[in-house]
Amino acid sequence: MTETPTISIRGLVTRFGEQTVHDGLDLDVRRGEVLGVVGGSGTGKSVLLRTVVGLNRPAAGRIEVLGQDTGHLSEGAWRSLEARWGVLFQSGALFSSLTVAENIMVPLKEHGHLPGRLMAELTALKVAMVGLPPDAGDKFPSQLSGGMKKRAGLARALALDPELLFLDEPTAGLDPIGAAAFDELIRSLQQSLGLTVFMVTHDLDSLSAICDRIAVLVDKRIKVDTMEHLLEDPHPWIRSYFHGPRGRAARHAEA
Amino acid sequence: MADSGASVNAREAGGELVIGLKGAWTVRSVAALDQAMAAIRPGGARKARFDLSGLVTVDSAGAWLIARTRGALAAAGVEVKLEAADEHQKALIDKVLAAGLPEPRGRLPHHYLIDILARVGRALIEAIKLGRDLLSFFGAVVIGFLRLFVEPRRIRFVSLISHIEQTGLNAMPIIGLISFLIGVVLAYQGADQLRQFGAEIFTVNLVGVSVLREMGILLTSIIVAGRTGSAFTAQIGTMQVNEEVDALRTLGLDPLDVLVLPRVIALIIALPLLTFYSDILALLGGGVACVTLLGMSSVQQFLTQLQAAVTMTHFLVGLSKAPVFAAIISMVGCFEGLRVTGSAESVGRLTTKSVVEALFLVIVFDAFFSVVFSYLHI
Repeated sequence: MTETPTISIRGLVTRFGEQTVHDGLDLDVRRGEVLGVVGGSGTGKSVLLRTVVGLNRPAAGRIEVLGQDTGHLSEGAWRSLEARWGVLFQSGALFSSLTVAENIMVPLKEHGHLPGRLMAELTALKVAMVGLPPDAGDKFPSQLSGGMKKRAGLARALALDPELLFLDEPTAGLDPIGAAAFDELIRSLQQSLGLTVFMVTHDLDSLSAICDRIAVLVDKRIKVDTMEHLLEDPHPWIRSYFHGPRGRAARHAEA
Repeated sequence: MADSGASVNAREAGGELVIGLKGAWTVRSVAALDQAMAAIRPGGARKARFDLSGLVTVDSAGAWLIARTRGALAAAGVEVKLEAADEHQKALIDKVLAAGLPEPRGRLPHHYLIDILARVGRALIEAIKLGRDLLSFFGAVVIGFLRLFVEPRRIRFVSLISHIEQTGLNAMPIIGLISFLIGVVLAYQGADQLRQFGAEIFTVNLVGVSVLREMGILLTSIIVAGRTGSAFTAQIGTMQVNEEVDALRTLGLDPLDVLVLPRVIALIIALPLLTFYSDILALLGGGVACVTLLGMSSVQQFLTQLQAAVTMTHFLVGLSKAPVFAAIISMVGCFEGLRVTGSAESVGRLTTKSVVEALFLVIVFDAFFSVVFSYLHI
């Protein structure tokens, strides 16, 4: 079956001043898969994510998300497209002046037009689905631990039941148990909600645990494949990434 | 976005309640379905069946409505079945059910008069606590200051000079301009009124005395509180958010020595200088207005009248307040900066508070000085 990919990037070029970050990058994200994006520091993983969700303007290239060309969209079309994806930023990016529950309600209020009681119920449901205790809803972000902030950020990203979820380093800064639990959470939500997940990560454990395919950013382009095939790849950076001591440890744990 | 004709239809057939769901049950359509789903009652039925064969799509909001009704029916002792749900839909509804049925907690009953009373009380206690903390901070700064006399090596000269530059030198253009203009305005308004008595010449006395005793120092303090007090809070507050202040402590450095004292001393040096500068510029503004616009015959006449009007005492009264106001502004600024906790939002909030508190205290102390000076007949 040749269904249109959820995200399709062709010939993407990103520049900051003189510095070219991506040069003719192509990438397809298939519907319903978890794609992990890896690459060395400064290769533009987060930039790629920000470009796809429209926070950066590419210098050239074409990006289609959910079948729509993001370069040529009216204000209204862009708004309704944005309501179909959720983004979890690296440190949660919760609004610090609002409680967790109010944070989750922000997109619901903006796009949902729901009666107040139902909105409160849905918010409580999201809080429970991401595994936060019920009283977390009344807390302010500064009262939460790093892991809880990420869960709360995930709840906000999922508030509108998006089809597509962007995650920027979801397990960075979590302890191994918390990171494993977060991987588990993403996997189970992805399966039950039928999400497509675009995940920037450095965590070799999450790569092997939950990613269907892995996209490696090398030489300003991207190489996408499954973990098994990438292990055979001759490219020096990819070799040292997956065959370094940490890569080996992650694979042993998997085996 | 196709809005999907989502609908629900509940009917009872042979002791069994059949709830048929149609269309797309998503976060965009559930608002219309909420009431209908909440209104479903078991009636006399002992069994209930959700018929999901007409369901096109369902997301967690739609699944929540199904789960909620299912929970309510089950609680009423009805046996509930889900029928014709495909794999994905069933998995989602199970997921929502597994998350539990959260009860939105109602607020405690409350009365608005009591709320007001509670708020007033809370604000009062907060204010008293703030006063106490500010006093204890003042004590700590004084002790730190005295320690400098014992161990002069603790003074951080580079930091001190840099703060004098930022708070004093860099503030000169704005303070000079505003002082000059206030001098012009005072001369104009004064001359307008005094002309009615034919006492135009006393405009010079008005400008001279009011500038030297009150306007110069007050104006400078207000600008410095807005410009420098807020900067102190923001600088220290940002360091507090980045845990830089904690890092200083772990490196064996006292934040009081490193951050607070250089700022306090710098402002105590800079503010009197700025006040003097402001006095001169305001007199200059008054002089320019008198000579060019009010038809005073010469600069000489203005200077002669000024010399007769003001004494050294007027000048010193104004200047003597400067170190006190400098201490207030810098200490409040540093104090609020160190009170920042957690988020960047509290930096903004406490910066505003620091300016308001500094201005309040400056005006209160100015009034206090006026009373004391009038008792002493100065």
